[in-house]
Amino acid sequence: MQTGNGTASAIARARFLTTATPRTFTAYIGRQFFRFIFTLQGLTAFALITLGVMLTRWRSARRLIWPAISEQINKSGLKLLPMFLFLSAALGFLVIGQAVAWLTRVGAINYLGSIMVLVVVRELGPLLAAFLVLARIGTANVIELGTTRATGEVEALEALGIDPVHYLVAPRVIGMAVGVFALTVYVIIGALLSGYLWAFLQDVPLRPGDYFAQLAGALSGLDFVLLAAKTLAFGFIVAIVTCYHGLAQPLRLADVPRATIRAVAQSVIACVLIDTCFIIVYLTV
Amino acid sequence: MNPADDSDVAVISMRGVSAAALSDPSLLIAEGVDWTVRRGECWVVAGMQGSGKTDFLLMIAGLMPPAAGVYEFLGQKTPIFETERLEERMRLGMVFESGQLLNHLTVGQNIALPLRYHHDLGAEEAAERVAPLVEMLGLDPWIHSTTGTLGRSWQRRAGLARALALRPEVLVLDNPLGGLDPLQVNWWMGLLESLSRGHPWLEGRPMTLVLTASDVRPWRGTTRQFAVLQNHRFLPVGPWSALEAHQDPAVRDWLIAAALLPDPGPREDLE
Repeated sequence: MQTGNGTASAIARARFLTTATPRTFTAYIGRQFFRFIFTLQGLTAFALITLGVMLTRWRSARRLIWPAISEQINKSGLKLLPMFLFLSAALGFLVIGQAVAWLTRVGAINYLGSIMVLVVVRELGPLLAAFLVLARIGTANVIELGTTRATGEVEALEALGIDPVHYLVAPRVIGMAVGVFALTVYVIIGALLSGYLWAFLQDVPLRPGDYFAQLAGALSGLDFVLLAAKTLAFGFIVAIVTCYHGLAQPLRLADVPRATIRAVAQSVIACVLIDTCFIIVYLTV
Repeated sequence: MNPADDSDVAVISMRGVSAAALSDPSLLIAEGVDWTVRRGECWVVAGMQGSGKTDFLLMIAGLMPPAAGVYEFLGQKTPIFETERLEERMRLGMVFESGQLLNHLTVGQNIALPLRYHHDLGAEEAAERVAPLVEMLGLDPWIHSTTGTLGRSWQRRAGLARALALRPEVLVLDNPLGGLDPLQVNWWMGLLESLSRGHPWLEGRPMTLVLTASDVRPWRGTTRQFAVLQNHRFLPVGPWSALEAHQDPAVRDWLIAAALLPDPGPREDLE
């Protein structure tokens, strides 16, 4: 990434989007449309640049970059594990608590395992993991990188011939993708186990063997493949959006909070859109 | 190669170059710059605060392309940030006024960073390699400190160490003496003089220096060349004697404002 040309176009965009508030509704709609197009264009370009750097430079500066990746995995995964185990237990209680009450009324308690797979494995587990990683690590990303940008550290890296995308973004992207994937697995396992515990406490006539047989029956090979693809995509997109807003835009320190808010909103929207695509795959395959 | 043999080699060559501000590319800080810096020379780019010296230096360092004209660094057109041209890129070092150290690293890690990145060294190996440099610059006590705990002058010194880690041939420095006490000024003057002559860290090879200054008085001397950046004009003047005798109104105005020439009193055209 080079500061010069990138900055020129980014400044031109920023000027266009931050000039006086539009006076007519049509002008407002027009500006929002162009804002959306510019953001989409910027994010796509940034994602492609990052992928390009990751592919072409995966062997360079390994003794610096790989420890940085480990650190990011630790930050986005391992350090969040206690909170995620608590949340997975809570999720299991919530889903099973509601499901047991309703399934018992309609005499469909044998569908408990299927519901757990449908709700926890396919939807809530990945989304919960992505949103929490966004909240805990994604926001920190924008602030860290935004400060780095605003204080001129990015120029310092470029002056040293160090590619900021390689040094600052690539480790975060890999770390968050792996982190969201790993945490989703833990959330799902925790929720499924705590779900049975809750059912047991509610005197549901369901033996552990039957419960896990229901789970195994409801799961298919496709679930594992799509779960991995979805969580990696969530982690990737959250990292790209947060790094883009922190790093790829000319920022003053005062702009960092606004950039953080924008990054969170766009990450949530992007995750929901990706989730929608996966729902279509689930329904069509 | 004997450095004396290639002293005529143009390290920096500008023809009709216009430089823009980093924060606003539509704002030109200098136009029509024709300037050549030869190997081993030391140039002081003088100008008032806000005249655009830092942006001009960023362009020299290749951090932004010229708005117009041709700028060649060691015979190669800039910018030189492509991966294939990294070897050329590493022949130029830059020292920022505030050091611009990375906040998430310690001082030692900052200094070793370019070596670790470009030579794929482990942390300990890189630290060993920069140890003489750290000692030379008197940074030993702060090697494990975070950058925020350092004073501004020491951050700048750490920035110098980081820039020297790759043993560049050309060093550009943004206002290296700005806001320093006399002791620090002497230290910087001595070190830069030594680098310019050929420091042992550079294996005796004279370094080409380009630096900016708001106050040029400490730089008076016969060995340095001066240029003035004022009112969107860049004037490569020459040695100190030429600067003092220069008749261009922009240079004279600047010399008077910098108290280097006596103030002739109120001008009639301004009354």
